[in-house]
Amino acid sequence: MTVRNIAQAINDALDLALAKDSDVVVMGEDVGRTGGVFRVTDGLRDRYGADRVIDSPVAESGIVGVGFGMAVGGLKPVLELQFMGFSYPAYDQVVNHVARIRNRSRHRFSAPLVIRIPYGGGIGAAEHHSESMEAIYTHVPGLKVVVPATPYDAKGMLLAAIEDPDPVIFLEPIRLYRAVKEEVPEGWLTQPLGEARVEREGEDVTLITWGAMTKETREAAVLLEENGISAEVIDLRSLVPLDIETLTESVQRTGRAVIVHEAPRTGGFGAEVAALLQENCLFDLAAPIRRVTGWDTVFPLKRSEHHYLPGAARIAAAATQVMEV
Amino acid sequence: MFQILTPSGALNQESPLEVEMIRRLYRAMVFARTYDRKGTALQKQGRLATYAPFEGQEAAQVGSAAALDPDDWMAATYRDGAAMWMQGYPLELLLAGRTGDERGGSPPVHVPVLPPSITVGGHMVHAVGLGWAAKLRGESRIAITYFGDGATSEGDFHEAMNFAAVFSVPCVFFCQNNGWAISLPREEQTRSETIAQKAIAYGMPGVQIDGNDLLAVYQTTKEAIERARGGEGPTLIEAVTYRLGPHTTADDPGRYRAEGLTEEWRRRDPLERVRLFLSEREVWSQSWQQQIEKEAAEEVDLAIERAEGMSPLGPGEIFDAMFESLPPHLARQRAEATQQ
Repeated sequence: MTVRNIAQAINDALDLALAKDSDVVVMGEDVGRTGGVFRVTDGLRDRYGADRVIDSPVAESGIVGVGFGMAVGGLKPVLELQFMGFSYPAYDQVVNHVARIRNRSRHRFSAPLVIRIPYGGGIGAAEHHSESMEAIYTHVPGLKVVVPATPYDAKGMLLAAIEDPDPVIFLEPIRLYRAVKEEVPEGWLTQPLGEARVEREGEDVTLITWGAMTKETREAAVLLEENGISAEVIDLRSLVPLDIETLTESVQRTGRAVIVHEAPRTGGFGAEVAALLQENCLFDLAAPIRRVTGWDTVFPLKRSEHHYLPGAARIAAAATQVMEV
Repeated sequence: MFQILTPSGALNQESPLEVEMIRRLYRAMVFARTYDRKGTALQKQGRLATYAPFEGQEAAQVGSAAALDPDDWMAATYRDGAAMWMQGYPLELLLAGRTGDERGGSPPVHVPVLPPSITVGGHMVHAVGLGWAAKLRGESRIAITYFGDGATSEGDFHEAMNFAAVFSVPCVFFCQNNGWAISLPREEQTRSETIAQKAIAYGMPGVQIDGNDLLAVYQTTKEAIERARGGEGPTLIEAVTYRLGPHTTADDPGRYRAEGLTEEWRRRDPLERVRLFLSEREVWSQSWQQQIEKEAAEEVDLAIERAEGMSPLGPGEIFDAMFESLPPHLARQRAEATQQ
């Protein structure tokens, strides 16, 4: 066991995958010489060579489109798009090709690739560097979309994504890269995609979240406990496929749900979760489902981002209101 | 512009192919034209969804694909049925795709041809990835991609050309400059004097050829393939040809181009010059022509029969190729869709 943060856990997973399978390649902007802008791929080029840890030209559509061809051609590319706000040029390739090839060829061809995308705000980054637009990926049929929030999950889910025969969008919460540390077992381990994680058990209200917001939500649960409210915290980990059973079971028990995400509210993935919960357990609800989210505004720049991001106080206040219904 | 066989059927230089091979490729072009005309006819009868004819481009497609090895990758478009068929893609599946059936996108396992790209330009980067994968896996196969003059304005053309050149990927970029991108003439597509010259900026060879000359197409593509296979990287070929028909069966070229121009290109028909060449060598006859046209018609008719004979996908089957195995939410939707 070694104590690792999320960036180190991902590096460990990539290292293992590159060592195990000569068809695995890593490609993206600056992933080689500098080890990526977040140093997630640090040292891999030295170990596996520039043919397998590929510094690509600055061309996101090319990274995904070429990676798609590589995947169809027998490789297992792990692609990095530097920031979610830079992933949009590649969106055509993701939607029209990556997500569709298995269906449009009726299983004759497939694209078993992983697209790693650092996402989210809270580090005072430049414009376009703080986006949380997971819903543009969850809405696309043919993709799996996952968001680890712990080092163990980052490692286990990345290895599961690499093993997966279908394309996986792997979102990495920028703010948590080095903010969370835990002991992560050595060697190959996989955490199946599609299973939610109960971060904290509770009885009065279910707080549902993913990615960077797990930290704020956990802190909100502590605040609530001080006020005598027992909050269950569930980290979805996987948006598609979604573990609706774990959510439904929890909300049936607590009768209350608050969904927390940093993405804009309208059309956010929280709306899907809320819709599914009311389909599954409306009559178990003691109060309307609440959402605590980023606003439907452009993500503010450094000096104002605290106005935008949900924090523990806002989450706790919403949960308290839900308890008062 | 590089040319070997003139429109009158004379050779400018030595032929890269034996007469018997030229005769076989002529037969293939007759098959392609038969297929193409039947495609348009079937659409008019409402039996195919929109069809994009390639009449006039047979030499470009047949001549280039004839230079490939059987396991070379191909990423082509909705107008490249002849090239795809040459590389082993069954006619019945090309037609099945056009009837509106996803199984048309599923060639047999030994056929290394992607289903035709419908979006313009996005598939060129795929060929780069396919060629690159072959290189990294130590395979000797290369990749070829087909696209039109319009696609060269897409950003993905730039990204594909750039990636291929930077990493010396074994890939051939085969542009059929057919003069028109739906209604936009080549002159308004790019200010570049030729499309081939765009290669210079990427650091790869670019060559402009007479795309209606089977022999020039074959020889140029063969050389580009050999360069790629030999580790010397990609090549851009601009085959200058002409789309004699409409963009698709949903299009009316009378709205944007003069009939006279099309007639002029008909006189440069890619089949006719090969026929003249063969006739000169007394290996073409009217009766042989009739025989191969009959064989082509029968084969295409059989392919149509097979394509139309496929029973449509059921409501559950539209779910079954989304993932290797169905995730729970799709399994639930599948059950909902199949509930009677």
